[in-house]
Amino acid sequence: MFLKEYISDVYKGVKSLLTGMKKTGYYFVHPSEIITQQYPENRHDLNLPERFRGEVVMSHDENNEHACTGCTACELACPNGTIKIITKFDITPEGKKKKAIDTFIYHLELCTMCNLCVQACPTDAIKMSQKFEHSVYDRSRLTKKLNQPGSKIREGVE
Amino acid sequence: MFSLAHITQIIHDWLYSSFDPTLALIIECAIVILVAIGIFAVLGLVLVLMERKVAAHIQIRLGPNRVGPGGMFQTVADTLKLIMKEGLTPDQADKFLFNLAPFLVMIVAMLLLAPIAFAKGVQIWDINIGVLYISAVSSLSVIGILMAGWASNNKYSLLGAMRSGAQIVSYELSAGFSILTIVVLTGSLRLSDIIASQENGWWIFKGHIPVIIAFILFIIAATAETNRAPFDLAEAESELTAGFHTEYSGMRFALFFLAEYINIFIVCAIGATLFLGGWMPLHIGGWEGFNHLMDYIPSSFWFTGKTFFLIFLIMWFRWTFPRLRVDQLLNLEWKYLLPISLVNLLLVTVIAILGWHF
Repeated sequence: MFLKEYISDVYKGVKSLLTGMKKTGYYFVHPSEIITQQYPENRHDLNLPERFRGEVVMSHDENNEHACTGCTACELACPNGTIKIITKFDITPEGKKKKAIDTFIYHLELCTMCNLCVQACPTDAIKMSQKFEHSVYDRSRLTKKLNQPGSKIREGVE
Repeated sequence: MFSLAHITQIIHDWLYSSFDPTLALIIECAIVILVAIGIFAVLGLVLVLMERKVAAHIQIRLGPNRVGPGGMFQTVADTLKLIMKEGLTPDQADKFLFNLAPFLVMIVAMLLLAPIAFAKGVQIWDINIGVLYISAVSSLSVIGILMAGWASNNKYSLLGAMRSGAQIVSYELSAGFSILTIVVLTGSLRLSDIIASQENGWWIFKGHIPVIIAFILFIIAATAETNRAPFDLAEAESELTAGFHTEYSGMRFALFFLAEYINIFIVCAIGATLFLGGWMPLHIGGWEGFNHLMDYIPSSFWFTGKTFFLIFLIMWFRWTFPRLRVDQLLNLEWKYLLPISLVNLLLVTVIAILGWHF
């Protein structure tokens, strides 16, 4: 009984090691699997993974309209105070006051690309872009204003 | 036809005809030392680059590719950097032992180069107890490691060195037993006899399953004896920073690094000699035409090919398997490898006595 267990132990051990070696051996003889990006050379045809997160952007459509209601959910969700939203009150055609964003301030220098703001957004106004070449000579240039000048909230987004 | 033995014979004849025998011998010794150092330097550069490239391709990366075409000169640049760096000695270290240790490790590696047959008739020292000499001298390298660990006055270094000691003492046994299987089959400790006995087929083909098991055991034990992953407890970056060479920098670190790779080459050369026929071309008993065809490939090519195949195998292990814990390491040796190699040796002895091998 003991001997049987011993032999099956050895067999299982060798088998699991061979399974691992098969996988790595497959990678070794298939250079097409290599995922390294030779960055400065292939700058114009980079093949970034879908989940790669470069910076937070606010998407605007062709009418220069965005979907941000100014609810500050992203500002509350941010763990290190990267986002600051300044709100204002618009007058609607009916004469009522309605809350809207004035400026969406995004501190790229504080951002860790954790994606929590994008998850917190109820209207999918902000998303992560894949642009990652952020280096500038002056730190103040990393503080960005995400809503484009003259943009307003899209009709029907509450 | 290209033959290393021919070249060495020409040099030998010329030296003995131009100088008196004593002077000629001294000159020959000097040439051998220079060639050995040259082999060391070239092997170090080639093996480190090979390791990095193999590792990269196994991990779906590209590896070094900036210095020279395809990263060919990466290791040359690294060596230049290491030579220019300052070699620090810690304040409370035992200065004498600290400075001696890397050279001791290198000297052991150099001594092991002596009985290896690089090609037909090219062997520095064809000693009649070659296999015994190898297994005796190879266990000396642990003294250099222990010395480095002790002299550094650093707990990580000492722990790494002690682990390395326990490891080498254990795995020496199963390495010895797997070497003994070939000695039993050949009936000789002389390396040239062992190679000559494989003229009608390498031992791994002639000796049935027991020799294949012995070969696997030898490869495992060799990996452990050279302190390489999955048995790299002596270095264990994640636990002991760098183990016994934590405090070394500059050229002395480079010597440790070089010695590690030379040791890999040596154990693989020994494995190739014992199990895969050394410089002997692939011969199959009875197939005259095929054997003649194989003889056209120079013997030095056969030797390097086999050795580098084994080196690749060991690198493949390193980049596939996770590191063992200390208790797992000792379990593997004392509960699995040693009993298996004892039974295996018995089997091989029966095969050798009854003449069942080809």
